[in-house]
Amino acid sequence: MARGAQFLERQTYRRRRMIDGARLLPVIGAIAFVMPILWRTDTTPGASTAHGGLYLFAIWFGLILAAFALSRRLRNVAGDGRVED
Amino acid sequence: MVPFKILVLVCLAYVIFLFLVAFVVENRARQGRARWLRAPIVYTLSLSIYCTAWTFYGAVGYAARSGLEFLTIYLGPTLVFVGWWWVLRKLVRIGKAQRVTSIADLISSRYGKSNLLGVIVTLLAVAGTTPYIALQLQSISLSFAVFAAETRPGWALPGRDATALWVAGGLVIFTILFGTRNLDANEQHHGIVTAIAVEAVVKLVALLAVGIFVVWVLADGPRGVFDLIEATDVAEWRLQPGRWAGLTFLSAAAILCLPRMFQVMVVENADERHLATASWAFPLYLALMSLFVVPIAVVGLLTMPEGSNPDLFVLTLPLSAGRGDLAMLAFLGGFSSATSMVIVAAIALATMVSNHIVVPLWLRMARVAGEVAPAAGYAGDVRRLVLRARRASIAGVLALGYAYFHFTGGSSALAAIGLIAFVGVAQALPALIGGIFWRGASRNGAAVGLCLGFGIWIYALFLPSFGPDGVIPADVMINGPFGIGWLRPQALFGSEGMDPLLHALFWSLLLNSGAFCLVSIFSFPTPLERLQGAQFVNVFDRAGGTRGWAHGVAEAEDLLVMAQRILGGDAAQGFFHAEAAAQGKAGFLPDTTPEFIEALERRLSASVGAATAHAMVGQIVGGSMISVEDLMAVANETAQIMEYSSRLEAKSEELIRTARQLREANEKLTKLSVQKDAFLSQISHELRTPMTSIRAFSEILRDGADLPLADRHKYAGIIQEEAIRLTRLLDDLLDLSVLENGQVTLHSTSANLHDLIDSALRSAGATAAGRDFAILRDPASEHVGLTTDTDRLTQVFINLVSNARKYCDAAHPELRIRVTERGADVEVDFIDNGSGIGKENQALIFEKFARLTDQTRAGGAGLGLAICREVMSKLGGTIAYLPGQGGAAFRVRLPRRRILPRGGSVAPGAHGAGQGPVAAQG
Repeated sequence: MARGAQFLERQTYRRRRMIDGARLLPVIGAIAFVMPILWRTDTTPGASTAHGGLYLFAIWFGLILAAFALSRRLRNVAGDGRVED
Repeated sequence: MVPFKILVLVCLAYVIFLFLVAFVVENRARQGRARWLRAPIVYTLSLSIYCTAWTFYGAVGYAARSGLEFLTIYLGPTLVFVGWWWVLRKLVRIGKAQRVTSIADLISSRYGKSNLLGVIVTLLAVAGTTPYIALQLQSISLSFAVFAAETRPGWALPGRDATALWVAGGLVIFTILFGTRNLDANEQHHGIVTAIAVEAVVKLVALLAVGIFVVWVLADGPRGVFDLIEATDVAEWRLQPGRWAGLTFLSAAAILCLPRMFQVMVVENADERHLATASWAFPLYLALMSLFVVPIAVVGLLTMPEGSNPDLFVLTLPLSAGRGDLAMLAFLGGFSSATSMVIVAAIALATMVSNHIVVPLWLRMARVAGEVAPAAGYAGDVRRLVLRARRASIAGVLALGYAYFHFTGGSSALAAIGLIAFVGVAQALPALIGGIFWRGASRNGAAVGLCLGFGIWIYALFLPSFGPDGVIPADVMINGPFGIGWLRPQALFGSEGMDPLLHALFWSLLLNSGAFCLVSIFSFPTPLERLQGAQFVNVFDRAGGTRGWAHGVAEAEDLLVMAQRILGGDAAQGFFHAEAAAQGKAGFLPDTTPEFIEALERRLSASVGAATAHAMVGQIVGGSMISVEDLMAVANETAQIMEYSSRLEAKSEELIRTARQLREANEKLTKLSVQKDAFLSQISHELRTPMTSIRAFSEILRDGADLPLADRHKYAGIIQEEAIRLTRLLDDLLDLSVLENGQVTLHSTSANLHDLIDSALRSAGATAAGRDFAILRDPASEHVGLTTDTDRLTQVFINLVSNARKYCDAAHPELRIRVTERGADVEVDFIDNGSGIGKENQALIFEKFARLTDQTRAGGAGLGLAICREVMSKLGGTIAYLPGQGGAAFRVRLPRRRILPRGGSVAPGAHGAGQGPVAAQG
């Protein structure tokens, strides 16, 4: 892998963006999971366990799906590990 | 209703089944026939030991008490796995490259293989895991008690302690049997991993079955459950922001640091690509495990009698609904959760204890006692020792867990113990993450941070967990030790009002990582630390193409590609083909058996050296990083090769030099040959001119008998004159050739320079009366003592004086002779007042036959100055034309004392010829 090359093969470029996605996913997940903290303002009624649970599980399964999609593309990259950037 | 007897029987049957699974798999793995064992799904399922009995039973209780907060325990790991590209991938790669055996090993290895850190992390792990094991024992005995309570009298229920003891004993046997069968280089236990995967399926199925039963049988489907949730106490989500975020973080930290998780995640990992699957499959497993927790809790709260333990709803709900079979399944699920956790935790801890505490201690004691066995028996001895230490450690760990369970008597809330353990093991997080991402992280920093965090955890969380007046007196809890308020265990630095768990988590990790960073910044790591640090942090920059330990066709192909590069296409293909044929396979890709690898390595080492071959094959097959030893061996070989090549280089340089010398010699010879031709033609010309006139006049004499006598005399005189010229020319030539060939003997004598000049002037006829030729001298300066061949020197002087006399074209010719001493040398200048020699000719005058004016006037053969030059160089001096003196000027320079080297063999004739003054004379 030529480091510092400015223009990459299309495939390599896509793969790197996939890696970026894999790195971003936990950040998105963390923000979404912590979001319920913001709900507890006085203006809105206390969120119910049922609705909160639905929200959390929705995020959860969404993350699982996204991770599934990413892992299918990154599975083989993980083996050689040369693609760092 | 399930009779207790049947429960025990089923339980035993289940355990025997697990034994069988582990046994069969272990055997198949040894025969290398269990490819499916390495399937990513097995890896993912083995990770499920994160879900212990605490999850299985406790989550429902947790949900019944605090609503959705129980989810944080799963959200953290979900984030870690979804973000596998950040940390897990690197951890697994490092684990493979460094052949890490435990988290203590990883940290110790990262910080310069420091055993101190290994011991600290081991102690931390033991302290953090013991309560957890107690928790599992407690949950098993509690679940037994549930069934026993329903049983008919006559089947005496063993006491809770006795149950726990039986279970602990069984676990010890199972763990020792399958956990310490062999000392695998990579510490992988296929049998146990598979048994755990089976248990993972059992507990998931059990919990899902109970959940489905609760939702669709006890309640009216999802919609009904939704309404029920809205109707109960837990309907309002009393979310505490600090705990919500803090516990999510804590569980994320714990899944990285828990020894048992590290064991299955990193140590037992067979292929990095499995991580990609686990990145979504494990969160899915967690989500499924927690999917029905809230419904079970809600339905339990609504239907079960007041005061029943919510931790056991998973069991009691089916039981109360009369579904003994479902309760049995749930029991097996809980049993599986507890046992799998205990087994792996015991193995992980035993590895750590034996590797970092027992063996180092034993080695030190052996060294102290001077009993270190000779090298041959040493390895086997240590091997047995390690196995024994590991077995003892497993028993010890479980004994500790049992003791903890026995003495605390089992706290009421399972979750509390679990979270306390989490905070304890999370203390390893700064050292772990810092170690793999920050090269500057140092051993001292890690040690200080770990100790500080560990201490705060014990003081602020672990000891107070024994209850008021348990270990720490109530007075200290309220007023602080010695009345120091800001050291109160649950209000450090005046931070009152915090949740005790969050309080301990916050302060321990803050001070831990703070000390870790600061000490790391201000300390200087040892070379080994820095080397290891670079290898850990930059693990992806090297050792590309790591494929893990899996042997497959892909590897054989990689090996072939590599071998072709080294051996050449035909040779490599032939070798592979032969090996494949030997294995009974067609084609070019044999199975990568150890024999084949060894043969290949040997074959390659013939080309690139043993160490390099080992490293290259190892990179593809072992997926391991080159060890320092390998590198050093490579360096040695490289040094040898370099030495050899530098010798070759020196030789080739020598050859180049010789060739250049030969070329130069050849050029010189060619030039000499040209010179010789020129010389010969010059000589023939010089000889022919007098010969022509001699012939002409002798013919006139012969034919002209009637010539007057005067004419005859005149012609005979001319003939004689020419003959003399010829003789002189031949003498000069002879002299020059003798000088040039070095066949001259110099006779060293001492004389006064003044006398020599006198004699030269006399010989040259310069002092003869009637000659209009002024000689200007400074006699005072001429009195210089010389030791040299005075005859030869005089010859040079004569030549110079007579040249001046001959060629000086001034109206009143004069010759100035000037003598100057220059250090050890003396200079004699001969300067006339003629027109001198043109600049373009100055370089030529010392060449042979370089006569500037025409022959008649000069009357010499033009060899005089050439002879002078030769003489001077023989005397160790020089003769040079001195421009800018107002006339022709020659400077003779020679050393005052010179030990003259004896010349070579002297030709008989040359000797005599060399003696006389041969200068051109008028």
